Amino acid sequence: MPIDVLMPALSPTMEQGKLAKWLKKEGDTVKSGDILAEIETDKATMEVEAVDEGVLAKILVAEDTDNVAVNTPIAIIAEEGEDVSAAASAGPSAAKVEPAPAPAQDGAPAQMAAEGMAAEPAGSAPTGGTEPVARPAAPAVMRPEGVYDATQEIPAGTELVTMTVREALRDAMAEEMRRDETVFVMGEEVAEYQGAYKVTQGLLQEFGARRVIDTPITEHGFAGLGVGAAFAGLRPIVEFMTFNFAMQAIDQIINSAAKTLYMSGGQLGAPMVFRGPNGAASRVAAQHSHDYAAWYSNVPGLKVVMPYTAADAKGLLKSAIRDPNPVIFLENEILYGQSFPVPKLDDFTVPIGKAKIHREGTDCTIVSFGIGMTYALKAAHELEGEGISCEVVDLRTIRPMDSETVVASVMKTGRCVCVEEGFPQSGVSAEIATRVQADAFDYLDAPVARVTGKDVPMPYAANLEKLALPSVAEVVEAVKAVCYR
Amino acid sequence: MATAARRTQGASASAKSAAAKSAAGKSPSKGRAAKGAATNAPTLSKEEELHAYREMLLIRRFEEKAGQMYGMGLIGGFCHLYIGQEAVVVGMQMASNDGDQVITGYRDHGHMLVTGMDPKGVLAELTGRRGGYSKGKGGSMHMFSKEKQFFGGHGIVGAQVPLGTGLAFANRYKGDDAVSLVYFGDGAANQGQVYESFNMAALWKLPVVYVIENNRYAMGTSVTRSAAQSDFSKRGISFGIPGEQVDGMDIRAVREAGARAVEHARSGEGPYILEMLTYRYRGHSMSDPAKYRTKDEVSRMREEHDPIEQVRRRLIGEFGVPEDELKGIDGQIRKIVNEAADFATSDPEPDVSELFTDILH
Repeated sequence: MPIDVLMPALSPTMEQGKLAKWLKKEGDTVKSGDILAEIETDKATMEVEAVDEGVLAKILVAEDTDNVAVNTPIAIIAEEGEDVSAAASAGPSAAKVEPAPAPAQDGAPAQMAAEGMAAEPAGSAPTGGTEPVARPAAPAVMRPEGVYDATQEIPAGTELVTMTVREALRDAMAEEMRRDETVFVMGEEVAEYQGAYKVTQGLLQEFGARRVIDTPITEHGFAGLGVGAAFAGLRPIVEFMTFNFAMQAIDQIINSAAKTLYMSGGQLGAPMVFRGPNGAASRVAAQHSHDYAAWYSNVPGLKVVMPYTAADAKGLLKSAIRDPNPVIFLENEILYGQSFPVPKLDDFTVPIGKAKIHREGTDCTIVSFGIGMTYALKAAHELEGEGISCEVVDLRTIRPMDSETVVASVMKTGRCVCVEEGFPQSGVSAEIATRVQADAFDYLDAPVARVTGKDVPMPYAANLEKLALPSVAEVVEAVKAVCYR
Repeated sequence: MATAARRTQGASASAKSAAAKSAAGKSPSKGRAAKGAATNAPTLSKEEELHAYREMLLIRRFEEKAGQMYGMGLIGGFCHLYIGQEAVVVGMQMASNDGDQVITGYRDHGHMLVTGMDPKGVLAELTGRRGGYSKGKGGSMHMFSKEKQFFGGHGIVGAQVPLGTGLAFANRYKGDDAVSLVYFGDGAANQGQVYESFNMAALWKLPVVYVIENNRYAMGTSVTRSAAQSDFSKRGISFGIPGEQVDGMDIRAVREAGARAVEHARSGEGPYILEMLTYRYRGHSMSDPAKYRTKDEVSRMREEHDPIEQVRRRLIGEFGVPEDELKGIDGQIRKIVNEAADFATSDPEPDVSELFTDILH
């Protein structure tokens, strides 16, 4: 029986990649452990090893092919004693083989992109922006006086380029490191490995080992060292491979970074950024899936930022690096590979502490942030088809929280649903609900609803993990409930 | 109690006498007596002894006053006194340069005074008044002075060690020649982050001196009950960090070893560990009755090893300083401390508006 060689996944979140190179050709004998091919994603290059022995009967996907979906048969191996030509002509045993759709080509994704949703799927999304599009002039919308208008962040006519969140974060760091000699980045695998998630790709090459520093696996130590360096006038960017590991360092983050300005009567502070992926990725179980937004948002002396789009990731990270306070910058592994339009400006910043109306609507306000926005936007899109118009507010910053924008929106719609992946008890949604009921009680036509991660440690099994996270269906249901539909 | 510096591990592999001569030659400290190098027994000049006497006495009298004011209810919360350990900070300060940073834990009043911070501002912080170094918002354990390069004042045992290593990292990053002096106790020496810091400091050859103030008790737990390796100077061996045990009650030994350690760090050789064998006369904090040790033990230390008394005896016996002159110094110190106490009790509490300031820049 001929054996299919399948396109492997390099990480739990990888959906497709590039088949870069074949190292064996048809007719070659292969044995277990031989390198068959090289595959690439925007994160990494990996080798495909043979698991089975035999003869490479047929190559199904030529080298230098982009967007090869994970689990696509890429070659056929004839086992010892099998007829190689018969195996080759038999074709792959999988029922059907089709390439993954290129991002935003058919109608639905294009429409979603127009609504500001991520171009999916993740993986080898176009790098550097292939088709620049100009941002249309901001629509004239009536806003209550004093409420922040995020549409003014990007001047009309600005060229937009498509890039991934990963690239946007990298560019933000590189731009700030060019601008300010005191900015440096440290963490595990940030330099020579180019970042565990390739967020610091190329920084070592441009800025050298003095400013791009590989640390030992010593979170408590290097977080504290970073705080000390900030006390002494530097501006560290401390990368945690994931915020789950920052629990080892949370004493230094809270007790040293957040509290010193107050404890010193304003003499000494820690101008620095703690950043890294936060929350659930995909099938990484309870110890690697925790969403810390609510934890850090509980602490005076910190700012907490959690962007959704690549543009906000870039603009907010630049602001965070310049901020004289310690900023917790919560990224998301699944969002890293998603592409968004980013303004092509020499110095694009987004102010910390300001929410954005991501989508205008009249019937219900959905408030979310970070990856929670993916559920919110898909639900809003779906509800539009059912005649319910949702206004989606992207908080972007958790602390200080832009209550004004949320409250103004709720005053307009009379309804509010909060969406986050974090746990329900004492979560960010609980805080939003408190503020909305305090400041817009007379405007509410229904109690504030929330859709959160379930109150359980993250399970590993695929079906259980899906249940533990919020879903678009739950958001749709919650919106209908507050609309009495 | 060790009576002289004892090198336990030498990355530089030099013999003790050679190291001592080298330190004497390159020492940044002021006016080191020539005969010290010749006899290899650390000594101080008359001026240095007088300086040390004044500095140590200021800490002693300040701490006595703080203890008294705590008893009167003028100081609240936790208050950890430095009485008995004065020679450690004073000797280290004599061995270091202006611009070198100091960071320590919560037993921090002596460290602040020795960096030149105003006793009025320190004591007013203890009483929680607006003229305190942190406007009354930090208290005994949390004071800072950017001007004097004093970086706290940290209440989490051991947390100052990575922070101080970060100060050293910044020195190297900026390319200046400052050295970070990081003080912590025998209790903190058992915290994991200390070894995370040792590793990075040695890996990156950071200019830092770790001063372990071994006063024998981590609150109520003696070293023998808490440390598998109670020779703390050896705690850096696996990182290749040289260390030595020093008689921390003898200002001369502290200054000499301190000069060697600071020079090592400043010259780019990386971190250095000094274990100061010292003793605190008072309890861990004001609320500690110190029943875990005998009265005899304490009185023996006070009578036989008191760091200030040692200097006083030498000033009178070896340098012929008249007792009246020392009494004059005593009077000056009492005046400084009394003025600080007057300020700390008359200065108003912080304005209520201060509750919401200094949270963010």
